[in-house]
Amino acid sequence: MVKSDFGYNSKVEGEVIVTRADAVVNWVRSNSVWPMPMGLACCAIELMAAGGSRFDISRFGMEVMRFSPRQADCMIVAGTVTYKMAEVVRRIYDQMAEPKWVVAMGACASTGGMYRSYATLQGVDNIVPVDIYISGCPPRPEALLDGMMLLQEKIRNEGGSLRRTFRGRTVETKIVS
Amino acid sequence: MDAAALTSRFPATQDLAGKDMPTYRVAGSDLLAVVSALRDEQGFDLLADLCGLELQGRPVRFGVVIHLLSTTHKEYVRLHVDAANDRVPSVSSLHPGANWHEREAFDMFGIVFEGHPDPRRILMWDAYPYHPLRKDFPLAGIEVPFPAADVAEVTGQKVEPAPMMGGPFVSHGGKLSEGEPSALDQSWTEEKPKA
Repeated sequence: MVKSDFGYNSKVEGEVIVTRADAVVNWVRSNSVWPMPMGLACCAIELMAAGGSRFDISRFGMEVMRFSPRQADCMIVAGTVTYKMAEVVRRIYDQMAEPKWVVAMGACASTGGMYRSYATLQGVDNIVPVDIYISGCPPRPEALLDGMMLLQEKIRNEGGSLRRTFRGRTVETKIVS
Repeated sequence: MDAAALTSRFPATQDLAGKDMPTYRVAGSDLLAVVSALRDEQGFDLLADLCGLELQGRPVRFGVVIHLLSTTHKEYVRLHVDAANDRVPSVSSLHPGANWHEREAFDMFGIVFEGHPDPRRILMWDAYPYHPLRKDFPLAGIEVPFPAADVAEVTGQKVEPAPMMGGPFVSHGGKLSEGEPSALDQSWTEEKPKA
């Protein structure tokens, strides 16, 4: 949260916190990002490691991995997206309730990676809007956590709309609070 | 294994003098009988592998290689079958494990397995029009419609040839660094024999 969003001095205000509704909503959202683990390849192993006790994604309120798109906020696309699977990725994205975010984890999800072949979608941003790209093949859990913290930063600074990358262009999506 | 029994009973069977295991070229019309005889009479009860291959410079373009393992005698046998008119009889009725292997060979090479119980593609989606492991298919792929029409409508995405960026990148032999655990002699390929 930006410091100016949040004013509290216990001597002046007692038990009252004064802020803006947007800031509170964003703060709540950013600290309870429930991920949809779209584990498609080896990146999913690092995603699982990030959920384990050593890296502990629950420090950020994200440990509630929901395998149902209806209950998830953030799709972590972890792995190679083939054309055959791309259809499923898009359908699951469509089934997630707004507001929703997408993290492209690793080289394959971001650009197709080393798979320059007939079977592989060259970047998941061709079919869904992506908020955060994480480099690595696969990225270490720390890199994933760094990406998720960047996403939190992005969520906290949302003011009614969201800028994302879709098919090589930056697109603006309105968010209804 | 009893090689004489096999070659005398199936005269079209040709011994290819395999270096690592007994290897035979079997006529497509004999295949089911040969596999059945090997399974029931010589104990080759496990189908270890079945794959398609494209044979360059030979009159029959496609073939199938079957590896059978005997769990009692602990030995392998390899069978080559030429796919005349791209067709080979399915051995799924004898070895159910061949089912998915044959679907893969059909998907990748377009070899039709006659009598297969479920002759669908297994890796690419059903409507895909090509067989990608054929030698005349480019690695980058060929533009075709996206598998799901409704997703294509929303995203405008097609199945596009992948950008090769000057690739595919292959190493040109020699050590890249002292620490690289590569083979010392990389001068030979399938086309160019070892010096």
